[in-house]
Amino acid sequence: MSIDKPLLRVQDLTTVFTTPGGRATAVDHVSLELRRGETLGLVGESGSGKSMTALSILRLVQPPGDTHGGPIEFNGRADLLELPERDMRAIRGAEIGFIFQEPMTALNPVFTIGDQIAEALLVHGKATRAEARAKTIELLTAVRIHDPVRRLRDYPHQLSGGMRQRVLIAIALACQPLLLIADEPTTALDVTIQAEILDLLEEMKERLHLALLLITHDLGVVAGHADRVAVMYAGRIVEEGPMRDVFLAPKHPYTQGLLASIPGAAPGQRLHAIEGTVPNLAKLPPGCAFEPRCPQRFELCSTAPPPAYNVGQGRAARCYLHKS
Amino acid sequence: MALLDVRHLVKQFGAMRAVNDISFTVEEGETFGLVGESGSGKTTTGRCILRLIEPTSGEVLFRGQNVLGFSGSELRQARRNMQIVFQDPYSSLNPRMRVRQIIEEPFIIHRIGTRQERRERVVELVRLVGLDPASLERYPHEFSGGQRQRIGVARAIALNPSLVIADEPVSALDVSIQAQVVNLLMELQEKLKLAYLFIAHDLRLVEHICQRTAVMYLGKIVEMGDTRRLFSNPQHDYTKALLSAIPEPDPDYKPARITLDPARIDLNAPLREIEPGHLAAV
Ligand SMILES: Nc1ncnc2c1ncn2[C@@H]1O[C@H](COP(=O)(O)OP(=O)(O)OP(=O)(O)O)[C@@H](O)[C@H]1O
Ligand SMILES: Nc1ncnc2c1ncn2[C@@H]1O[C@H](COP(=O)(O)OP(=O)(O)OP(=O)(O)O)[C@@H](O)[C@H]1O
Ligand SMILES: [Mg+2]
Ligand SMILES: [Mg+2]
Repeated sequence: MSIDKPLLRVQDLTTVFTTPGGRATAVDHVSLELRRGETLGLVGESGSGKSMTALSILRLVQPPGDTHGGPIEFNGRADLLELPERDMRAIRGAEIGFIFQEPMTALNPVFTIGDQIAEALLVHGKATRAEARAKTIELLTAVRIHDPVRRLRDYPHQLSGGMRQRVLIAIALACQPLLLIADEPTTALDVTIQAEILDLLEEMKERLHLALLLITHDLGVVAGHADRVAVMYAGRIVEEGPMRDVFLAPKHPYTQGLLASIPGAAPGQRLHAIEGTVPNLAKLPPGCAFEPRCPQRFELCSTAPPPAYNVGQGRAARCYLHKS
Repeated sequence: MALLDVRHLVKQFGAMRAVNDISFTVEEGETFGLVGESGSGKTTTGRCILRLIEPTSGEVLFRGQNVLGFSGSELRQARRNMQIVFQDPYSSLNPRMRVRQIIEEPFIIHRIGTRQERRERVVELVRLVGLDPASLERYPHEFSGGQRQRIGVARAIALNPSLVIADEPVSALDVSIQAQVVNLLMELQEKLKLAYLFIAHDLRLVEHICQRTAVMYLGKIVEMGDTRRLFSNPQHDYTKALLSAIPEPDPDYKPARITLDPARIDLNAPLREIEPGHLAAV
């Protein structure tokens, strides 16, 4: 397959939760593309639908959540949403590796971590039983776990938060996937180990042309590692473009507010925060979801949700300020 | 007298010393940062202080009283004043309880307020942490990671404690909501004279809010002191490596990372004074 044709192309992906409080559209017509060897940073408000986007692509959203829209083109397949569950199961963990945000619930408490990594290798035929142990140790070493031989026998509750996170990374990498979906893969790690793990991912990008969907709140990590960035707010991608351009000249007022909130120079001072509260997904305003908090709002903003406007080479923003 | 005085704390798990003879104090109204390598014993330290796990040896004094000698009822009383926000917002909230019950529970345990007063206080608390009161009737799994973290914060501050052990309390939040929660923590501190033991990996945030900071490495405190001095003049090799690896949100930033050579670190070196208010094990 050619390197420049997208490995993953998601179109109009939507996931809705029907709750007693109303219909909450956690993922609202999300479209994105990812090429081999490329990293797309997915950032945005807490609760804006980043994890749900990842779960929707993997078809792992639990009821009452319902995913529709698409197609999700992936590695030559026309639409993942149409595949039988059996085929999807063969793709998960093999062609698409994933690191979930919640390390404790993603690991099985009754098996040792050694068994869980070995299992991932065996299930997808990446190692024989005889090779599994050595490969497992190799993986634990790669994710910088001290004394891996002893750690094989540990159960998840015996590990620190960051060690669990690294075990998940080891499991995700075990099968050398084409696409890695990493949801906050380094939040529980100190910055030295974080840097080493990110180097490891960079190396896999080079060596195996891994495509990486990197969900993170750490804008420093995005600045250091993403090629492109997509910003989510209330279920929608509100801005997208090459990382440099977006960081140096953000076009959407939400992105501008987000970048301004990074803890800066004066210790002890109040931090800048975007005014107002996070929208209730079941009761979104009729116009732009950010309108009630937006310092630059005008009449048009409360009419209908803005479409994506082109705001430069490979860039788009859902904001009426850019309606030409 | 310090609010919290931890002396020679040790916690052994089997053959491993997760916390290996550490001592530090937290003053009334202070924010004390605890940073360090993943697996170095930060969470274990926090849990030992509250006796959620029993330390192997050492002393923990809270307002001069020996926490490790407390009876069950004394401990319950002390825990009203010492709260914790857990690191893992997923497994630390009871999945069968609604948010309302989770936040109200401390009031019920300590028999505080009438039903009506409790309800009002719960609404006030969710608003304080920036959640919609409509979310009170929902269950934890219906929330994103960052939203759950805020529920944990609301519960921890419910009883106006004097010390909050905050284990990565904002790590799952985007920087804007993080700023809201941090501003809230700082406001509460001013209003209530709260002290925080702030465990975090985000060093920029630690630099911003902590007056003093301790750096842990393999169960030891290897450096401790005034945050600004420690950041501007790091002495220990681990601290130097740590500070050099902070990612910057600037596309043009090229980190000059210092790699750590574990063989060069003498884990038996005692802390000594480098400059006033700045200790390092070098
Ligand atoms: N079971 C559910 N029922 C109702 N709403 C849900 C459910 N699960 C998730 N949601 C909602 O879906 C929205 C998106 O959640 P998601 O976990 O994708 O957020 P996120 O962007 O990953 O946030 P964070 O950065 O905090 O992890 C949230 O507002 C959440 O409240
Ligand atoms: N219940 C337990 N049984 C055995 N070992 C444990 C247990 N809890 C923690 N440990 C070990 O104690 C050490 C310190 O763990 P702790 O959770 O305190 O680290 P931490 O500094 O909080 O790390 P992180 O930054 O990754 O959260 C680790 O080596 C861990 O494996
Ligand atoms: Mg998430
Ligand atoms: Mg911890």
